[in-house]
Amino acid sequence: MSDQTSKVNEYRRKFFGKAAATAAMVGIAPGVFLHTIARAKPADEAVSSEVRWGLLINANKCADGCNDCVSACNDENGLTGFGRPETDAQWIRKVTLKDKRTNHVTNLPLMCQHCAHPPCVDVCPTGASFKRADGIVLVDKHICIGCRYCMMACPYKARSFVHETLTDQVPDVPRGKGTVESCTLCVHRVDRGDTPACVEACNTAENGAMVFGNLNDPNSDISKRLASEASTEIRGDLGLDLGVRYQNI
Amino acid sequence: MSKSTNRQAVTRRSDAGKTKFWYRLAYLLIIIGVMSMTAYAAAPYPDVPKGKGDQCVEDTEFMRANHMELLLHQRDETMHRGIRTKKHSLKNCMECHVVTDESNRPVSAENPKHFCRVCHDYAAVSIDCFECHASKPRAKQSN
Repeated sequence: MSDQTSKVNEYRRKFFGKAAATAAMVGIAPGVFLHTIARAKPADEAVSSEVRWGLLINANKCADGCNDCVSACNDENGLTGFGRPETDAQWIRKVTLKDKRTNHVTNLPLMCQHCAHPPCVDVCPTGASFKRADGIVLVDKHICIGCRYCMMACPYKARSFVHETLTDQVPDVPRGKGTVESCTLCVHRVDRGDTPACVEACNTAENGAMVFGNLNDPNSDISKRLASEASTEIRGDLGLDLGVRYQNI
Repeated sequence: MSKSTNRQAVTRRSDAGKTKFWYRLAYLLIIIGVMSMTAYAAAPYPDVPKGKGDQCVEDTEFMRANHMELLLHQRDETMHRGIRTKKHSLKNCMECHVVTDESNRPVSAENPKHFCRVCHDYAAVSIDCFECHASKPRAKQSN
């Protein structure tokens, strides 16, 4: 009889233990879990469309004459030029606009806008130009035949063609002659939970003009900013639903 | 009657000829076998550099035959689905199987001593990977 009672007690203890653990998970954990999901995915997990990576760029904070994002990009991705600006690879560039009426100068970095409906993907004859589930637009250089239709189709002039034999590529960023390439949103960094090199450089320079984050997560910094502040797309009239949005342009 | 004996004799003769032929063939095969074995033993086998650690990510024999399949599979998984497990990644191969030169710097695939080059040169199979991919770990930034 007493044996029976102790068994029942044991069962009850276990039940209450589990109930308490569940309550703790429900009560405390959501913030923690959401936070981890937003930070980094495990290396063996495929990217999903629950995430959409995006950038918010405040042109007012983009300092005149600062080139840190461009040099950080070149360094991170091993983009070495041949001293020929017409054809050298360029994944991000500084654009300077001057309003002739008011003499106001606007600076902004321009790169692949990571469209939700990318024209470069539409025109690619081989399927090399593709959009990853998390919204990052990439070129699969194993399939790219170097036809450069995507370069013609891109409204932002974001892509470059590699004209010359390359050596000393960065292990994370394979690049080769005869293929098209563009900003990858530093996909190798994003996959391990870091921000793109340009964003990091902009923050290091204490300009803080660029915010990177998950557009699909309403609690991310970028989503909160987008919800509370005005922003715009470049050539929004094309209806491409861009991943990169600008303020004060 | 005499005809049939004749025929028997002919058959017997040809039987003896056939047996001789088979013996000769067997000798020939044995000789060829022995010669090829000695030739095989004498052929210079590539001196494959040893990687880091005790054991490759898979059995060595398996890797010899199937490394290209693993790399091809991993390449698409990484490119399209963002799966970046280290086990079968080319980057990880290059980190373990790094070969250094006299001044202790990692050599690229342009050097015949490079891990991949040693076997691929021996087997006369060209490698296209390193037209785009780095064939050695990235040098530490020193500035």
